[in-house]
Amino acid sequence: MSVLELIIALPLLAVLAIWLGAPARAASLGATFINLILVLYTAVQYAGKTGLAFTYSRPILENPSLSFAVGADGISIILALLTALVMLAAIWQIEDRPPIFYIASLFIGGGALGAFLTTDVFFIYAFHELALIPTFLMIALHGRAEPAQRKAVAWKATIYLGAGSLVLLAGLAWLVLEFSGGSKLTFDLEALRSQAKLTPLPDAKQAQIFFVLLLGFGSLVSLFPFHSWAAPAYATAPTPVAMLHSGVLKKFGLYGLIRIALPLLPQGAHVEWVQNALLLMLLGNILVMGLVTIYASRLDDTLANSSVMHMGYIFLGIAAGTDISLKGAVILTFAHGISIALLFGLCGRMRNQLGTLEYNKLGGLASHAPAFTVLFAFGAFASIGLPGLTNFAGEVMIFLGNFTEVKAGVLSNLQWTVILALWGVVMSAVYMLRAYRSIFHGSPATGLFMIDPAFSQRVPFILLAATLLITGCCPWLLLNLMKSAL
Amino acid sequence: MSVFTIEAGLAALGLFLLLLEAFKPEISRHTLGLTAIAGTTLALVLFIFVSHDTASLPGFIQPWHQLDSLAIFYKGFALVITILVLWLTLQCAPYLTRFTVDGKLAEMFSLPLIVCAGMMWMASARDLVTVFVALELVTVSFYVLVAFARKSSFSLEAGVKYLILGALSTGVLVYGIAWIYGATGTMSFDGIAKALANPATSKTTALFGAAVLLCGLGFKVAAAPFHMWVPDVYQGAPTPVTAFLSVGSKAAGFVVLTRALDAFLVEGSIIGSEIQALLLVVGSLTVLLGSLPAMFQTSVKRLLAYSSISHAGYLLLALACRESARFDLSSGGVVAFYLATYLPMTVLGFLGLGLMRANGLGEDIKDFTGLAKRNPLLALLMTISFASLAGLPLTAGFLGKLFVFLGLADHGYWGALSCAVVAAAAGFYYYFKTILAMYTTEGTDVPALSFSVAAKSVAGALALAILILGVYPKPLQGVLTSDPPGVAVQVK
Repeated sequence: MSVLELIIALPLLAVLAIWLGAPARAASLGATFINLILVLYTAVQYAGKTGLAFTYSRPILENPSLSFAVGADGISIILALLTALVMLAAIWQIEDRPPIFYIASLFIGGGALGAFLTTDVFFIYAFHELALIPTFLMIALHGRAEPAQRKAVAWKATIYLGAGSLVLLAGLAWLVLEFSGGSKLTFDLEALRSQAKLTPLPDAKQAQIFFVLLLGFGSLVSLFPFHSWAAPAYATAPTPVAMLHSGVLKKFGLYGLIRIALPLLPQGAHVEWVQNALLLMLLGNILVMGLVTIYASRLDDTLANSSVMHMGYIFLGIAAGTDISLKGAVILTFAHGISIALLFGLCGRMRNQLGTLEYNKLGGLASHAPAFTVLFAFGAFASIGLPGLTNFAGEVMIFLGNFTEVKAGVLSNLQWTVILALWGVVMSAVYMLRAYRSIFHGSPATGLFMIDPAFSQRVPFILLAATLLITGCCPWLLLNLMKSAL
Repeated sequence: MSVFTIEAGLAALGLFLLLLEAFKPEISRHTLGLTAIAGTTLALVLFIFVSHDTASLPGFIQPWHQLDSLAIFYKGFALVITILVLWLTLQCAPYLTRFTVDGKLAEMFSLPLIVCAGMMWMASARDLVTVFVALELVTVSFYVLVAFARKSSFSLEAGVKYLILGALSTGVLVYGIAWIYGATGTMSFDGIAKALANPATSKTTALFGAAVLLCGLGFKVAAAPFHMWVPDVYQGAPTPVTAFLSVGSKAAGFVVLTRALDAFLVEGSIIGSEIQALLLVVGSLTVLLGSLPAMFQTSVKRLLAYSSISHAGYLLLALACRESARFDLSSGGVVAFYLATYLPMTVLGFLGLGLMRANGLGEDIKDFTGLAKRNPLLALLMTISFASLAGLPLTAGFLGKLFVFLGLADHGYWGALSCAVVAAAAGFYYYFKTILAMYTTEGTDVPALSFSVAAKSVAGALALAILILGVYPKPLQGVLTSDPPGVAVQVK
């Protein structure tokens, strides 16, 4: 028995309790609160260490070798921390909703925790799928649009993510077949990793498999041009689902690339054609989606598109593949998850109270809801990359990580991409500040009126904002969890 | 007490119940049904104790009878599905009797016992004659069962279709057996394997015979292009019979296919590569022709029929992957594993349909609308069943598909693998379409549904089996890989 098993089981036990009749809010808040404490405990225990910790394995099949194996390294713990924080906030901010909202949130969060904390490829994949199903169902059943429209949005997301998952499954199966050795199939990530160290594949083959995995994981993270499901899905999804999917579950694709694809196929990302393809796609995320976001006229559109756009930076960190840029990618993953969850949470509250999110109908909210405005500012400024908030630390590390080697007078493709990608920061500033100005400043719009939430309803947002501030000022808190080179 | 005694006893009990109903018509259907269930359960318990005991088998049947792990598995499988079908019949009895001629269900309780004996016998068959006799015992009983709700025109149509096509396929099967006998001079699987490994055997004759034999069996397991009867027959037959056809009859067909292919594809077989190519083509066609039309069905029963075709396709593909040496299960083992996962999910699906039907609902997807509101438990259980049929990870259905896909990838059958993946993706679409309907809440002011405690507990047990097999398949794999000492696996 490992503490990680308890962390994975708690949300699922809470679902069972609710189903058996326990009060939904109390049960889910209790479970997520205990979970946050447990995850913090593992983080404190792990700080400064390297390698896999808290491992425990329950064999399921001998041959093919399959086991329910848990274990965590720094990246897993950072993502588990992200999950626990966003889950608590997402569940806390639910008000007057039927139990299915709590159950779905617990499933999404629990599935994500399972995917981040298990070390068997089979279960990593399985837990992610488990978390995707409630996402689709909630969009289709409780989305914020007409039934026909929200069903169409849900189907679009299902088809994109379903196809992405199948490509991913093919890629993972390929990995397992290549790295299992002669006599026995194994799904154990550690065994696959040691095999990959012993007998690395030829570069050309690494590139092929990496590309398949990139397409699979990439479409889960809305990598351009497989991104078009994301914006409508987030704009339509019920608030807790939008917070959990954009904040946590989507990060599974990045986690998979960093934790599975890069260590097993170290040369895969550096073969020229793969790297160029990846750079083109991520520039699509940053520049194309940046422009799209600037043209958005509603807050939910802005947030949904910006969430697609910011994935480009994390892919940039992965493409560079240096130690600094990868650590930056992990930190930005964490930071983006917290900040987008904060923004989607506040956005959902505004929609409930005001009934509209269109910029030209809103204005001057700051005078009536100052605390709300400050919280929103935290999210918006973090998203722009203001120093002192976590996103800044991640972005800087990614950008600088690309310049660890500079040949005199010659810039590599990667470095050119960084220079182009920097313009994305400007675009972020444009659309976020515009959103901030047109909602909170100016003359108050007639008839649209909102006040600050009660203190108990501010807690989840304060929790997220405080996380951004603390880890932004002290990024070593996170870096301490990633002592070993990635 | 030997396995053979149990089989004979089951058939005798079936005949006894048949006569009892004829001469004592006042006996209630509950008594008959419960007697049949009790008898089969007793047989299952006895079977568990004597399953590995080969010494007590009567000497005269030894040449036709084998008791390897595969046979033991399929015998247990037949007993379990028969108990479930008998129980399902009792549950559906109130509305089924409306469609029978005399308002009674007598043969619905006695014939499944005879089918069960036939399936158990077939699992042990060592030669084509035994196969043929056992297969006919099963098929002829099914002719009656399918047409049982005679006042329903659907059932009647299904009965006629099944009778004509079934009889035709039997003819084709016998024709194939005759050619194989002509080519190899023997009926036993061991003998056929030996003859086919001998280069002197006439290749054309053997290949033709094997191909025709596979056509005949293809009808029975609903392999494309012989699958057209399935949707109509499944839709028309009474729901318990549909479940029996979909699980029991399919398993019976596949145990024969496993035995026959073990012989045809023996090491050094002169027709090995052709038969293997045939299997890959037929399997790929079957998954596609099962899955793609299923996307457009509006009746859940027809949808399950098409899905059953596509599952047959995965099983055929599993049979095409010989010696998947990198994992413990032989191709026959993968098939058996897949069928074991297929049993709870399919029976649960049909059980849900039957329960809804008993509550006066139809079988269309629109009848599922709002089920979650009307009976959350049933909706949850049906969700588990459909999710597993779709192959969602952590359910039993995923593992079965995973083994098939791994086998195909391991052998490098990329074409077949892509067909299987496309079919699986389509499967996700149509199963989740149904699941989505269950949780849709618009316009459902219909009253809540209620079910008996027995129905709830059986359905719950099936759902639990799906989830447990999905995360802890080791015991099942153990049954399929442990051949007891002293029992030689005849052909490997």
